[in-house]
Amino acid sequence: MISKAMGLALAALGGLAAAAPAMAQNEQFIPILSYRTGAYAVNGIPWANASADYYNLLNERDGGINGVKIAFEECETGYATDKGVECYERLKGKGPTGAAFFSPLSTGITFALTDKTLADKIPIITMGYGRADSKNGAVFAWNFPYLGTYWTAADIAVQHVAKEMGGEANLKGKKIALVYHDSPYGKEPIPTLEILSKKLGFELMQVPVTHPGVEQKSQWLLIRQSKPDYVLLWGWGVMNSTAIQEAAAVAFPRDKIIGVWWSGAEPDVVPAGAQAIGYKSLMLQHGAGEYAVHADLKKFVYAKGKGLAKEDFSQVLYNRGLVNAMLGAEGIRAAQKKYGNKPLTGEQIRWGLENLELSEARIKELGFEGMLKPVKITCADHEGARTGRVQQWDGKAWKEISDWYTARQEITEPLVADISAKYAAEKKITPRDCSKES
Amino acid sequence: MAGFGSFLEVLISGLLAGVLYSLVALGYVLIYKASGVFNYSQGAMVLLAGLALVRALGFFESQGIPYAAALVLALLFAAAVMALTAWIIERFILGPLVNQNELTLFMSTIGAAFILEGVAQMAFGSEVYPLRMFPKDAWILGEAYFPGGILINKLDIWGGVIAAVLVAAIALFFQRTKTGRALRAVADDHLAAQSVGIPISWIWFVVWFAAGLVALAAASVWGTKLGVQFSITFLALKALPVLIIGGFTSVPGAIAGGLIVGAGEKLAEIYLGALIGGGIEYWFAYVLALSVLMVRPQGLFGERLIERI
Amino acid sequence: MFYREAGQFKTSYAADMAIFPIRQDRIAMLLLLAFAFAGVPLLAAFHVPPFNSEYLLRAIILPFLILSLAAIGVNVLIGYCGQVSLGSGAFMAIGAYSAYKFNTGIPGLWLPPLPTLASILLGGLMASIAGIVFGIPSLRIKGLYLSVATLAAQFFFDWLFLRVKWFTNYAPSGSVSAPELSFFGLTVASPVEKYLLALTFVCVFALGAKNLARGNLGRQWMAIRDMDIAAELIGIRPLAAKLSAFAVSSFIIGVAGALWAFVYLGSWEPLAFNIDRSLQLLFMVIIGGLGTILGSFLGAAFILLLPIALSQLPAAVGLKISTATITHLEFIIFGSLICFLLIKEPLGFARLWQIGKEKLRLWPFPY
Repeated sequence: MISKAMGLALAALGGLAAAAPAMAQNEQFIPILSYRTGAYAVNGIPWANASADYYNLLNERDGGINGVKIAFEECETGYATDKGVECYERLKGKGPTGAAFFSPLSTGITFALTDKTLADKIPIITMGYGRADSKNGAVFAWNFPYLGTYWTAADIAVQHVAKEMGGEANLKGKKIALVYHDSPYGKEPIPTLEILSKKLGFELMQVPVTHPGVEQKSQWLLIRQSKPDYVLLWGWGVMNSTAIQEAAAVAFPRDKIIGVWWSGAEPDVVPAGAQAIGYKSLMLQHGAGEYAVHADLKKFVYAKGKGLAKEDFSQVLYNRGLVNAMLGAEGIRAAQKKYGNKPLTGEQIRWGLENLELSEARIKELGFEGMLKPVKITCADHEGARTGRVQQWDGKAWKEISDWYTARQEITEPLVADISAKYAAEKKITPRDCSKES
Repeated sequence: MAGFGSFLEVLISGLLAGVLYSLVALGYVLIYKASGVFNYSQGAMVLLAGLALVRALGFFESQGIPYAAALVLALLFAAAVMALTAWIIERFILGPLVNQNELTLFMSTIGAAFILEGVAQMAFGSEVYPLRMFPKDAWILGEAYFPGGILINKLDIWGGVIAAVLVAAIALFFQRTKTGRALRAVADDHLAAQSVGIPISWIWFVVWFAAGLVALAAASVWGTKLGVQFSITFLALKALPVLIIGGFTSVPGAIAGGLIVGAGEKLAEIYLGALIGGGIEYWFAYVLALSVLMVRPQGLFGERLIERI
Repeated sequence: MFYREAGQFKTSYAADMAIFPIRQDRIAMLLLLAFAFAGVPLLAAFHVPPFNSEYLLRAIILPFLILSLAAIGVNVLIGYCGQVSLGSGAFMAIGAYSAYKFNTGIPGLWLPPLPTLASILLGGLMASIAGIVFGIPSLRIKGLYLSVATLAAQFFFDWLFLRVKWFTNYAPSGSVSAPELSFFGLTVASPVEKYLLALTFVCVFALGAKNLARGNLGRQWMAIRDMDIAAELIGIRPLAAKLSAFAVSSFIIGVAGALWAFVYLGSWEPLAFNIDRSLQLLFMVIIGGLGTILGSFLGAAFILLLPIALSQLPAAVGLKISTATITHLEFIIFGSLICFLLIKEPLGFARLWQIGKEKLRLWPFPY
């Protein structure tokens, strides 16, 4: 009975899939999972703009990667896991060789895709987010949490707090509150913070904020009453700006709040106006501002009217999108060295991503000097870098206020080994022997 | 007595936060009272009103118009947008659905919510737009009596004042004007009202426009608090328990419900949350509403349900 | 012309009360089932478009089937028994998390890891129990007010699965991932296998729900729906009727939730079952047609597939529009279609289908 309606719907969808514009053969397809609508659009838009702009730049300036043009397509996930999965299924087979890699910019979607990419042999780049234990490439062959995981971030944040208080010894007996987005994203740093709290003797107070975080009055009243010495903010989207404003409303000093690198962009502080002055956040290496690559973008992309960004050009999240797109493209380039200058499969690109190495000189050549320090990815270390700085909002711009911190592997590594081993056992994955990989 | 001071502070903040929920809930009450429609799109109307206001304000200011004048112009513009919305909803969605059952009407407002969210963001953008209509800093009172004093947010007070003005205006409108009386007749029975010559489409336009103005008021307060952005539609979910405690048909009920929900959830979050884990205020508000309903199935101030065969 | 029942005589009550009393319907249904169970896998095996793409099976048909199942559950409660529920997402979550716990074993209760099928059904059972508990207020609270009772369930379980780490086996992030699916020694992994699994569940439950609804229980539900006081007066116990509707509905929804988590998502967090999911299911049954099994399928198809189709349409016809605009347009068109449909046919797709069938019986000679 359902056959007709269903048949029509299926035929229509099938027709749609078939009618997609024919791709040229010498193209590498890169999907962009983005969110320009919904509760988190504010943060999703600059990222999506940057990804598209950078691929356009490669096509316009260099004619692609070593002559292989980049084709890309955006799919709107709205930060929802089921839509993300649908987008993934829609885009994974596009192009002559399938999707090169995915970057979902959502911890929830990352979790859902982690099992699927394993079966489909497509790498997934989660720069600065995703599963923290996926740093262990021996177990998570297809996940690349480049430049830092939440556990790295947690350690860096605590290091900075300790430094402000005059050394780690002074943390003893202090109280640090973690105000977090009540989701896998917000919960990831907790294990590391618990270890640090035991080691350094500070009290960890956990304050969850329910998605999407428009109402935080009670959380901040709680903070006002229990007077923590420092607040770590692990928010996303509207939750960040609301947190800063509620902090101001309860007169909690903003310079005693430090956000993770996902809570340190312009949309997080601008709505709070003057109330955000003094607020600090981690930097995923880069900050806001224009660098050499922006000049190229203006010359090759924006001059031709192909650029997407408006005022978000050179903002924090835009720059992060650029770095993410660049690392992915460089991974493809690395893979081309081994497999030849042609469109590659996800499996081949995975090798490139795992053997990616960017020297100081190469970063300068790419126009990212000042945004990024040298990176070297190996089989055992899919993170590649564990450094970060702290920036502070002065009402108009972010100012770097600290030196480079490096997360201590002795803190995070046992946790990585433990949790990833559990995952391997659960999924019956035999960890690769990294000494034999090349 | 630090404990009592902080208890008082949570209580007061909770009551005031509740009034802000009432601002959103009032819009639902108006429409339900006058047309028996549970208007799911109220959250989307707050978003639309807020976006229209903040974008117009930005535009007029960029034209060099002084802030006060620009604000008045922007408010007028947003009101005009809400009037147009009310007309379109009445003309194209609710008008053809006169006399359908409650669930169908509810579903049609969900359709309207989708349309409004799409149109609002397409016309005015989907980023975050700061709005500064009201002061946002806080008073600290009674420092002599309690260590740290009691913190009261000025924005919350503004919200309370606006809610009071709105309630007074709505009460006058319903009780004292001819249109108000006609509204109540329509709420009772669409067909009966039509048969005695009440122009139902005009009445519905008026009430949707009034709900639009309430949405504008809510948007100006919440927009100042959060910045105008898509997340503002989530307030609808915080307004629902308020509505239910107060009863769908009662304007004072919306205020009372707001006070109960606000105080209840904040106290629960801080005192009960410490015992069983934080983040309980969302469901606590609903459990509170549920327990009120178990005692009074029509809400505290709702009209008594009379069941006949 | 082909849809004439002339000459089909019924000689027994059983024949008169069959689910498909008309022979053509029976044949069409059998053909459809044969196509679904044998045709699709065969076509997929021989790479016949459009069934050669994993996308169709994994991202369209699979979620469609599972959400149809959930919609059947919601329809039992809202459509047949008239109890408005906005907590369906929570019951899906209960099904998913309970199934996960049973499937990974509960050492505290000396339960070893149970097989997948048992876990999924036990997940449904847990949802059923929760449904009964949250259904108790329905004896006192009615209509839209009742929806708040179910919303309380929605938000409470969202919170519970986030906060209580036991449910997620102490995963640091609170996100859990489904163990391997195996049924009687067979591993279900490929898209076609998953599709067949979901299809089997849907068919079994659809048939069961249809028969329940036609039987004594279903008639009690409908009596309650149409006027509960009158039903009580003619001897139907509201307690039994309402709670049985909650139990059956939540069981089906719970099983659907377990399938959604295990078969479709693979890895999930409570956000996958939040209020949006509840609303989506409510749309499905209202748009599809309250109180019809067919409507659950049609509604699920419409609500799920239309946005996907709309989002791909501009790219398919070669238009370059930003995804933001597409999504906003998608909202507008989707909302407009809902309103249009309600105005044209407030009783939903199932009613349209029925009208179509009536017309077809006379076509092409309407006299």
